[in-house]
Amino acid sequence: MNTITSDIRQGRILVSDGAWGTFLHEKGLLPGECPELWNLNKPEEVFAIAKSYIDAGADMIETNSFGGNSFKLAFFGLAAKVYDINKAAAQISRDAAGPDIHVLGSIGPTGKMIIMGDVTNEELYDSFSKQAVALYEGGADALVIETMSDIEEAKAAIKACRENTKAEVICTMTFEKTGEKSFHTMMGITPAAMVSEAIAAGADIIGANCGNGIRNMIGIVEEIRSVDAKIPILIHANAGAPVYKDGKTVFPETPDEMAEYVNLLINAGANIIGGCCGTTPGHISKIAGIVRRNK
Amino acid sequence: MNNEELLAAILDCVEYGKVNKESPYPLAMKGRDGADELTRDALAKGVPPADILNEALIKAMDRVGQKFSEKKIFVPQMLVSAKAKNSALAHLKPYFSSGEVKRKGRFIIGTVSGDLHDIGKNLVSMIVEGAGWEVIDLGVDVSSRKFGESLIKYPDAVVGLSALLTTTMVNMKTITRELKNINPFVKVIIGGAPVSDAFRADAGADGYARDPQGAVVFLNSLTKQK
Repeated sequence: MNTITSDIRQGRILVSDGAWGTFLHEKGLLPGECPELWNLNKPEEVFAIAKSYIDAGADMIETNSFGGNSFKLAFFGLAAKVYDINKAAAQISRDAAGPDIHVLGSIGPTGKMIIMGDVTNEELYDSFSKQAVALYEGGADALVIETMSDIEEAKAAIKACRENTKAEVICTMTFEKTGEKSFHTMMGITPAAMVSEAIAAGADIIGANCGNGIRNMIGIVEEIRSVDAKIPILIHANAGAPVYKDGKTVFPETPDEMAEYVNLLINAGANIIGGCCGTTPGHISKIAGIVRRNK
Repeated sequence: MNNEELLAAILDCVEYGKVNKESPYPLAMKGRDGADELTRDALAKGVPPADILNEALIKAMDRVGQKFSEKKIFVPQMLVSAKAKNSALAHLKPYFSSGEVKRKGRFIIGTVSGDLHDIGKNLVSMIVEGAGWEVIDLGVDVSSRKFGESLIKYPDAVVGLSALLTTTMVNMKTITRELKNINPFVKVIIGGAPVSDAFRADAGADGYARDPQGAVVFLNSLTKQK
């Protein structure tokens, strides 16, 4: 299997997968239940999610390990299971992927803030290292650090992945539209500011995930491209911002609505496109259709 | 410095996050006294504690909340301001206990059951406390029973419910209902990324705020009605 970056260097546009969290809830995960524990208790359900995205045409799938760091697992009394849970997450996705589809080990934020004195850089690095090693040993060929808002936490995670595994390292942050043409994370980081810091820390691929829909992602990609013409960019967009309707929260963008923006995103300079909260195999299938048609 | 100058200096320290003399941030105020020293000096010089609260701390945190709401500053700036505010408030504690300085009211806050996210809830706590309210923070994953027990203990409190997940925000509905069962007059305000005013109406809550400043506006509107 080629690396993701070598495929991109050859000019390919790649398709990533869609939501995991919202998908798990549809399969019966209860609020307050530890999603990552399903890797040990209900691996067949987790496998089914991975498989559904491969069937939809994804070139890469993530793992069910977004909250698999020691801080979040400790809340569920599972701190001792960090290795087992993450290794199982990668194994399940690898089983579904076979040898030719990339497996991206998902690493989300710890929820602890350095600036608040909750945690030190070293503690973050140690926590991310344990998670990264387990995902890598379980079969992930890349690691995706995602939904980051603090660049210091993102850098600790990038270094942990880079220095303790041979996986390709991807880092995406979550930006909010803060002005006509400006985007910031909750901690005030702009896409342009992320670029040099994430690359210096060792990221192979950078980008954005979550947020308020695919439309905003175009401006974010343009801003990254304005400071770096080459770095591969991955976008995992939500199916819009959640809206409350008839007693239910829904992510409003349909596969067709999201698909309208795929070419604009590619033209802006994105190299890998997939989904985040609220996206389904239906969304990924549409995105894959457009990407393949362009070939 | 005279009293006015001292109050203005404390306000500056809190607005820009200068905690004390040692704190390196912000660079422009390096080596100068922070909110900690200035508040101590002001009290020693006989500046009324209520003036420090109302003319410096509340005004500063109001500006901070406003700028955050306008996306001119972000979480880190808000956190250092809150830290500076806390260093000043620590000096005022005895006056709260003695009753010499009064708060606007009590605010119980927590992230609802099933949800472990506390950043948004903490930001609201800081800004609401900075607006002159006493905040009782119940933490994360708070059940309706825990909210209820707190409301029984503080019957005059306003209750704030936070959630980040679309799957846990529905718990706001049951918690609001339980709280209204305990006290039909209790005011409940809700917030969090997936929450909207449409959901608030459905949940039977009294207020919805999209940011911490919105929570302060709602809370202050309640004191005016009294």
